[in-house]
Amino acid sequence: MMRNFLDRHVRWVFPLPALCFVLVMMAFPLLYTGWISLTGWSLSAGTPADFIGLKNYLALFQDERFRLSVIRTFYFTVLAMAVEVVAGVAIALLLDRDYPGKRVVNAIMLLPMMATPVAIAMVWLFMYEPSAGVVNYVLRRLHSPTPLWIAGPNSAIPALALVDIWEWTPMIILIALAGLSGLPGEVFEAAEVDGASRWRVLWQVTLPMLMPTITIAALLRLIDALKTFDIIYAMTGGGPGYASETLNIYTYQQAFSYFSFGFASAALVAFFALVLGMSLIMTTTRKVVEL
Amino acid sequence: MATQTQSDALLRPAPRVAVKSRSVGKRAGVAGVGHLVVVLVVVGFFMLPFVWMVLSSFKSALQIIELPPRLFFAPTLQNYVNVFATQNFAQYFWNSLVIGAGSTALGLVLGLPAAYSIARYKQHGLALAILMARIVPGITFLIPLFILFRTLGLVDTYLSLILTHLLVGMPFIVWVMVPFFEAIPLSLEEAARVDGASMLQVVLRIVLPISGPGIVTGAILAFVFSWNNFMFSIVLATNRTKTLPVAVYNFISYAQIDWGGLMAAAVVITLPVLILALLTQRYVVKGLTAGAVKG
Repeated sequence: MMRNFLDRHVRWVFPLPALCFVLVMMAFPLLYTGWISLTGWSLSAGTPADFIGLKNYLALFQDERFRLSVIRTFYFTVLAMAVEVVAGVAIALLLDRDYPGKRVVNAIMLLPMMATPVAIAMVWLFMYEPSAGVVNYVLRRLHSPTPLWIAGPNSAIPALALVDIWEWTPMIILIALAGLSGLPGEVFEAAEVDGASRWRVLWQVTLPMLMPTITIAALLRLIDALKTFDIIYAMTGGGPGYASETLNIYTYQQAFSYFSFGFASAALVAFFALVLGMSLIMTTTRKVVEL
Repeated sequence: MATQTQSDALLRPAPRVAVKSRSVGKRAGVAGVGHLVVVLVVVGFFMLPFVWMVLSSFKSALQIIELPPRLFFAPTLQNYVNVFATQNFAQYFWNSLVIGAGSTALGLVLGLPAAYSIARYKQHGLALAILMARIVPGITFLIPLFILFRTLGLVDTYLSLILTHLLVGMPFIVWVMVPFFEAIPLSLEEAARVDGASMLQVVLRIVLPISGPGIVTGAILAFVFSWNNFMFSIVLATNRTKTLPVAVYNFISYAQIDWGGLMAAAVVITLPVLILALLTQRYVVKGLTAGAVKG
């Protein structure tokens, strides 16, 4: 009896547990966040969860700190992503051949993205340390200026982006390598027969054919880079001052340092819309590129 | 979503490799040296922080701030002793392990049947809903869930941490498994059905056994993401259930940073995932790049 029941209804019995999870842990939180954003709930100010309409949103868009955090989020994301994609694809093109130790090199590239980000943040914190850190020691020996790295208001974001670049360029390399090994060989043979230079083959054959793969890799990076939290929070906490406060850090502080749930939820809705919007733009671009 | 051809492309290198290396062979001399330089620079850049972390973790408080830094020195285990003796790291290690194993197991229980059903019955809506968790910023879930768990008295319990870590792990398992299940020929299952096997038997005896590599990939990545998770843990794992990332972060809240201890703690937390990643390299690369390579 039980057996027949499952056989007949497998298409909804199987996904049921996951569906319940999605409803309780995802749909409910999203709707609840939307609701809280319309209330003045704050534990620190002691205000209850009473409906106040769009006041949080008005306050949010007038908040200079919020606006700057949006700009910083884009600054960090664009900087990290641009370097990761360009360097990642370039390195993949240079590495794409058989050589001794290939397996070892590919294994090493796996390590930065698998290692615990908070631990990695601590190591970079130590290396960036202005006086005892190895980075500035090397720069001093080279008689080069020594930046303050994450301690400087202007260098904090690039210094954090460098950590992100170290963590995630390998992902672009590995995806591009997988893409390269999937390209059909005949096209390259034909190009060689036609006497095309290696440079021309690269720009007119390899890269265009690799483009869909690169676009998806970039999309995955974009979504994650916009949301970067661990290394920024662990290394600077948004500082010095607010110099490295991205949207994710800003919302986190509003929610769990000031406990202004209403206001923080409004910021979250804005953050969510931003990430979703960027993903949609990228997906649309991808479709256009592939046409 | 990835399809069969994509996983194929990732599994075996295309025949082009042979064609290309022939053309490369012509200028092996110059290109060979250039290639070697690229490999060394790439490896050096990505390895440096790890080398620095391990070296520093064996240095004494004096050696560690010494400049020029010493590459050869008398190693000390004092930092590791401190981490485990004074910082209660064994407990945090255990907490991370329990939460990681719990959320991975639950992720498989929820994710595998869902992925199978998505693959077989083309339930794209469900797939989209689950994969939304990969796009939505985690903190969007965190505020309402924190309020919910606080009301239920579940903050600082394994349950609340396992459930939140599932938000990262379960979608990943689905993401990896759907193309895997799609690749299994339907005829295989139909043959078993004709022979009188029930759906459950088909799944348990045929589908799951041949999906081994996919399940391993999904499980490893779900575990690693839970092990590495910081944002959910720092809010929900405040005391009794404190996990390793939170413990390492708490290290720097002291006025004077104990760099040696910090580096030893960083080694303790990263070593297990790095070993896991290296042992299962082939699967992990496939899992991380799944969906990105078009067939």
